Amino acid sequence: MNRRENLKLLFAGSLGTGLVLTACSPEEKLADLSPKIGGTPGGRVPEEVERDNSLLSGRFLTDLEMEQVKILVDIVIPKDDVSPGASEAKVPDYIEFMLKDQPGNQTAFRGGLMWLNLEAYERFSKSFIEISPSQRMELIEEIAWPDKAKTEMGTGVRFFNLLRNMTVSGFYTSEIGFKDIGYAGNIPNVWEGVPQDVMDQYGLSLDEKYQSVYLKSEDRGTIPDWDDQGNLIA
Amino acid sequence: MNFQIKPSKDSYDVIIVGSGAGGGMATKILSEAGLSVAVVEAGGDWDPAKEEDRTQLRFPWESPRRGASTQIRPFGDFDAAIGGWDMPDEPYTRKNGTQFDWFRSRMLGGRTNHWGRISLRFGPDDFKRKSIDGLGDDWPIGYDEIKPYYDKVDRLIGVFGSREGMRNEPDGNFLPPPKPRLHEMFLMKGAKKINVPIIPSRLSILTRPINKDRGVCFFCRQCNRGCQVYADFSSSTCLVKPAMKSGQVDLFTHCMVRKVTSDDSGLATGVSYVDKRDMKEYKLKGRIVVLGASACESARIMLNSKSKVHPDGMGNSSGMVGRYLHDSTGASRSGIIPELMHRKRYNEDGVGGMHIYTPWWLDNKKLDFARGYHIEFGGGMNMPSYGFGSNMDAVRKHILDEFGQPSPNGGYGEGLKRDIRAMYGSTVSMSGRGESVPQYDNYCEIDPTTVDKFGIPVLRFHYNWTDNEIKQAKHMQDTFEELLINSGAKLLGTKPGVETQYGLLAPGRIIHEVGTTRMGSNPATSVVNSNCQAHDCKNLFVADAGPFVSQADKNPTWTILALSWRTSDFIIKELNSKNL
Repeated sequence: MNRRENLKLLFAGSLGTGLVLTACSPEEKLADLSPKIGGTPGGRVPEEVERDNSLLSGRFLTDLEMEQVKILVDIVIPKDDVSPGASEAKVPDYIEFMLKDQPGNQTAFRGGLMWLNLEAYERFSKSFIEISPSQRMELIEEIAWPDKAKTEMGTGVRFFNLLRNMTVSGFYTSEIGFKDIGYAGNIPNVWEGVPQDVMDQYGLSLDEKYQSVYLKSEDRGTIPDWDDQGNLIA
Repeated sequence: MNFQIKPSKDSYDVIIVGSGAGGGMATKILSEAGLSVAVVEAGGDWDPAKEEDRTQLRFPWESPRRGASTQIRPFGDFDAAIGGWDMPDEPYTRKNGTQFDWFRSRMLGGRTNHWGRISLRFGPDDFKRKSIDGLGDDWPIGYDEIKPYYDKVDRLIGVFGSREGMRNEPDGNFLPPPKPRLHEMFLMKGAKKINVPIIPSRLSILTRPINKDRGVCFFCRQCNRGCQVYADFSSSTCLVKPAMKSGQVDLFTHCMVRKVTSDDSGLATGVSYVDKRDMKEYKLKGRIVVLGASACESARIMLNSKSKVHPDGMGNSSGMVGRYLHDSTGASRSGIIPELMHRKRYNEDGVGGMHIYTPWWLDNKKLDFARGYHIEFGGGMNMPSYGFGSNMDAVRKHILDEFGQPSPNGGYGEGLKRDIRAMYGSTVSMSGRGESVPQYDNYCEIDPTTVDKFGIPVLRFHYNWTDNEIKQAKHMQDTFEELLINSGAKLLGTKPGVETQYGLLAPGRIIHEVGTTRMGSNPATSVVNSNCQAHDCKNLFVADAGPFVSQADKNPTWTILALSWRTSDFIIKELNSKNL
């Protein structure tokens, strides 16, 4: 059963139970995860389509800047034994788009890239891209820890905070990031409450008072009725 | 090019301005009574059941901005509502350095496409505040008059909740509520220690089907995107679209009403509007005009409807149109629960909002401010969206390693990834939503020098919070800290102090604007009577939250729906007895 058929059944109100919802095959659920290219879909007004298209076709960062961003995002979110790194999750493209969508960050971001280059020139007489990985990390170490960084590194710290925020946000809102974080929702399902083993883990239990009040999933297919006082009787 | 939607009639029985909660309910009740109805909506048509309009069940990477907000979608790219506080074509102004932020939704269903579906009845005390604390005014009606309509709204639209028997939080005809999420159970446990009640929330989301036309909730937590099976309430899907099946309703979209037209005797004869697509002015004739354009927009239309009989605008012989504008108070705080770090993963979406809430629980006679507030809760393993993990430079220190050592703020690399995973689903937030005291000096009026893109004079706002609201916000902050600490949370951020009015948001930010056309028995101090009929124009009615005398610490939608139904019944009765 595909998702649309599934929803049609839900819409009919006759089969809205957990059984139907879990009957989808895993392949079909995965099929929905393919990345979409283009502006945001769904109920757009013409001004939005126009704006998204214009932002997507424009270009803010130069090729050289993009190369530098690619190195930087993989420093923030590298490949590890759980998931690939940020560049594989296309975080540089996300940053490029966001800089156009929220132009207030453009100068701080571009200036930050340039600040890093200037620091690299001062210390190693080469740009950030040209210096060695260990030389890069020497620089990054001085700006990556806001509570420990030297005051004169303030500019770099601020840039790296911006870079970290954008990279983390871009990574964890990608398909790769979803698998990394283990988000399990955004799919038709039935909420049955906190799993028993999880409640046990934290020593929690449902309030006795509400046990009979909470939704029972087997009732999700039937239209209810109330008495004159408003008590649910069917 | 002429875009005009051709009216099917020379004259309608009723013209309804706006298709939100108030306009939608009036459309349904009046058309079902056999009356011919024209609905005039300033935005476009929209139906979440259509694939081309669907934002529900989309993943963040389907949006190039990953669901970040835009100017016309301040609650994010996937939020259904189009408009926001800052619309380029529809400005408004402010007076004397004061602030009011005006949120509009220009689309079928209006702001019901966005709201949190929190559906609370006003209680007996909420209609009689002056009698209790001497401030503001009593409503000319009480809970008993409106209760039958709350009951009917419950059964027509559906709301889940638990019967609690609390005097001023009246129970309804509830569907079963969903069980709490894990962080909500932590909050319930913490609240119990300090005697703050937490009960199942009351949301208009169908945990069971209510009729054959609407589906049942499948727990995706995205009501604000609009539900493709209509399992939550929005005026478009539950009221206007069903009403249109009768053939009694003509819907005019993209049509911005500028004024109510009237005859020499001062009676309403219809409306004049600008079609936003061809920028031409058109007129519709009707025997009765019902304004449901939102408290401020309806006030604007009335103030702009000047004539010989109504020199200050229709309904405004008292000079009260626009006065007593008020919004709910709002303040919030968040924390992080270390015990929830490294959580087991499972689908925790649930319904589109909190499964629990705190109704007002204290006696203002023992406090230094008037009126109460309720508390809404957030948290859990939400779908990552724009902004996810964007504060590691400030919150990473709360994450402890296996030896109990805190991580340093900021950083990068594999350690950063590990800590983000550890932290996922461990933050909780809470927001207070409180009652303010309506003030004559808080108002909207017509700006004499500014028009919108359609040539219509715009509103100018004047609004200041009083000590009551500021002290209430202080009380919220104290309560939030106590609740968070007792739930095992570490506090995030710093406690908002007096310099920020204790984090009290600017008026208009909670989007509960009410009071601009308040009801009353005295035509000198109120705009409409207890049937929401203008004192000085018997065929002009207001069906939005404008007639509210006071906005309780409850969300206004359920009361708008009940009042609009009651007003519609009155219109039918008056038509039948030839009084209209």
